[in-house]
Amino acid sequence: MSAAHLQLDRQGRLLHFLTVEGLTRRHLTEILDTAESLHGVAERQVKKLPTLHGKTVVNLFFEASTRTRTTFELAAKRLSADVLNLNIATSSAVKGESLLDTLRNIEAMQCDMFVVRHEQSGAAEFIARHVKPHIAVLNAGDGRHAHPTQAMLDVFTIRRHKPDFPSLRVAIVGDLLHSRVARSLIHALNILGAGEIRVIAPRTLLPAQVETLGVQVFHDPRLGLREVDVVVMLRLQRERMEGALLPSESEFFQRYGLTEERLALAQPDAIVMHPGPINRGVEIDSRVADGPQSVILEQVTNGIAVRMAIMSITLGHHARSIGESA
Amino acid sequence: MQTVIQGGRVIDPARRIDVVADLFIVAGRIAGLGQAPTGFVADQIIDARNRIVCPGLIDLCARLREPGQEHKATIASESAAAAAGGITTLVCPPDTDPPIDEPAVVEWIRRRAKAAGQARVLTLGALTHRLHGERLAEMAALQEVGCVGVSDGGHPVANSRVLRRALEYAATFHLTVFLTPLDPELGHGLAHEGQIAARLGLSGIPVAAETGIIARDLELVRDLGVRVHFGRLSSARAVELIARAQAEGLPVTADAAIHQLHLSEIDLTGFDSRCHVHPPLRSLRDKEALRAGVADGVLGAICSDHQPHEPDAKQAPFGDTEPGISGLDTLLALSLRLVRDGVLPLPAVIERLTHGPARILGLDSGQLGVGAVADVCIFDPDIDWRLEPGDLRSRGRNSPFTGWEWQGRVTHTLLEGRIVYAAEGEN
Repeated sequence: MSAAHLQLDRQGRLLHFLTVEGLTRRHLTEILDTAESLHGVAERQVKKLPTLHGKTVVNLFFEASTRTRTTFELAAKRLSADVLNLNIATSSAVKGESLLDTLRNIEAMQCDMFVVRHEQSGAAEFIARHVKPHIAVLNAGDGRHAHPTQAMLDVFTIRRHKPDFPSLRVAIVGDLLHSRVARSLIHALNILGAGEIRVIAPRTLLPAQVETLGVQVFHDPRLGLREVDVVVMLRLQRERMEGALLPSESEFFQRYGLTEERLALAQPDAIVMHPGPINRGVEIDSRVADGPQSVILEQVTNGIAVRMAIMSITLGHHARSIGESA
Repeated sequence: MQTVIQGGRVIDPARRIDVVADLFIVAGRIAGLGQAPTGFVADQIIDARNRIVCPGLIDLCARLREPGQEHKATIASESAAAAAGGITTLVCPPDTDPPIDEPAVVEWIRRRAKAAGQARVLTLGALTHRLHGERLAEMAALQEVGCVGVSDGGHPVANSRVLRRALEYAATFHLTVFLTPLDPELGHGLAHEGQIAARLGLSGIPVAAETGIIARDLELVRDLGVRVHFGRLSSARAVELIARAQAEGLPVTADAAIHQLHLSEIDLTGFDSRCHVHPPLRSLRDKEALRAGVADGVLGAICSDHQPHEPDAKQAPFGDTEPGISGLDTLLALSLRLVRDGVLPLPAVIERLTHGPARILGLDSGQLGVGAVADVCIFDPDIDWRLEPGDLRSRGRNSPFTGWEWQGRVTHTLLEGRIVYAAEGEN
């Protein structure tokens, strides 16, 4: 069974959120619309909703992350859930406990949702396959495979600025080979009917046959950025130099870094996005990152509403599915 | 002991025999076909009507996990699985722990196999000391105690100078060298570099990881004339390289693992760790080329590439699992499926499982001529069955083929004339 099916119940409702691939426009629109309705909560005096009152959400992070974990934590708390943060990267996995043993132990603590980040592609799916049926699993990033909540907050942000997807041109620039963000975003944009998705990178940073994901490949940003409405810059990890994928950060910036000059090739009202954390002067110039077209901080804010939406949708369906089968 | 196998369709590809006849066995050897040898009085009669009688299968690559990884399987457990699968000869690569790089290990394996008594276990000695690819192993001594060849044991020799000398030294003693062509650096990954790896976010292994090494090795063969066998090819381009080398007259042979003839990269969808193998499952086009290679004989043998694992080895996210499929139980059934799929006729499939591998090994077995050792497989080609996970005889339950439906199942296996397996309800 593929992840696309694993995350849906018999009625096709989301039980887990593991990958965007295989979902329908209806699924994504439900998430975006719910997020839109929750977006106002943060501006209210009292920022809490009772939706997940009495539920326990476990942040199960096998890979270090502060930002993503924090936004999930905040999202859960604004829905009145109890939150437990487990940083497994520095605890049991090191002592040789298997992933399944770790899962069994945490399951025994009577939790309702696992938010999982793991360095291996397919880990969230593996966990969803093995947890007790009452637990919802949200993928907070598995290896190079998927980061579906990030993709949803990205398309949420895009929709708020550019609601007409069929006329949209999006360019994704940088390290696509290692990027779970890019893979999920490409699926989400395709499902929502985005007009054109371009990827721009040197060949060493593109997976073989990347075009089969439904993108147009460019190696030259001077061509690829022309007249796009959205520019998504990806984070470049330092270790890529050691893997002989790139000669240096400065050469990457020279060729692919998003500068004001390059951004001028895009539509005048193009928005600039980045999943963060940004490397100033490596993939993006500070003047662009902090400039008027940048929506990078807005993405962070939107991430909370989107994650609240996904949490309440999956747990809501869980309650119903369990109720139906009982 | 005198045995007659009565009324079966005897297929002996080595001698192009395909006839319904009685097969007579005396003192562990074939004594006659069709006509009883003089003075024959049967002690044992096996009814083989409507069944196929063929030489016992010879499997060029089976990890028995002993010595060193007894938590996965043992020589005894896997010999029993082989017998149930109609396999009478297992060739064990040298990557045991300790590796087969000294005579004592060969002797130890032989003793364990003899004690188990269910299959003939042959060993490949190490090509280099400890399989480290740095110094030569004591190949002559290994040959002396019975190793049927030498091998890199799944750890290709990166250093071309060492490899050249190892091949040269092996050639001195007329040893066949069994190589597994996969560049250790370029082959470092989890899946075929293609659209499935791109989608799943798995690190890719390009075809060049295989073909680059084969091209290098073929140039060394051209210089040295050493007999080399390339095991477990995975790509169309590799089959092409081997075909060209054979056409030129180079002394090279090759085989395919049975799972490569039935699965492709698409089977990784859903991160199915049971399909995590090395070399990886490649494109449908590659699968078809491997099938064609088996059909036209460029790949002279089909092997199980048996790699039994304990459940934990596969119960993890894809990249944290160990590669390999438990293959002894399904070697014959999957091979018969090639006949149904129209890849090659039944006698040719049997050839790739018996006489083909025997020739690669330089052995006289894998045939049913008078005087040959009576290693025999009898199967009923019409039995329909389904493989349930609990049915696997191997201790390794890591098979992606559970739930598959088959036609054709072993009823008896004879090793040196002795019944080592009889299906339930058979005498």
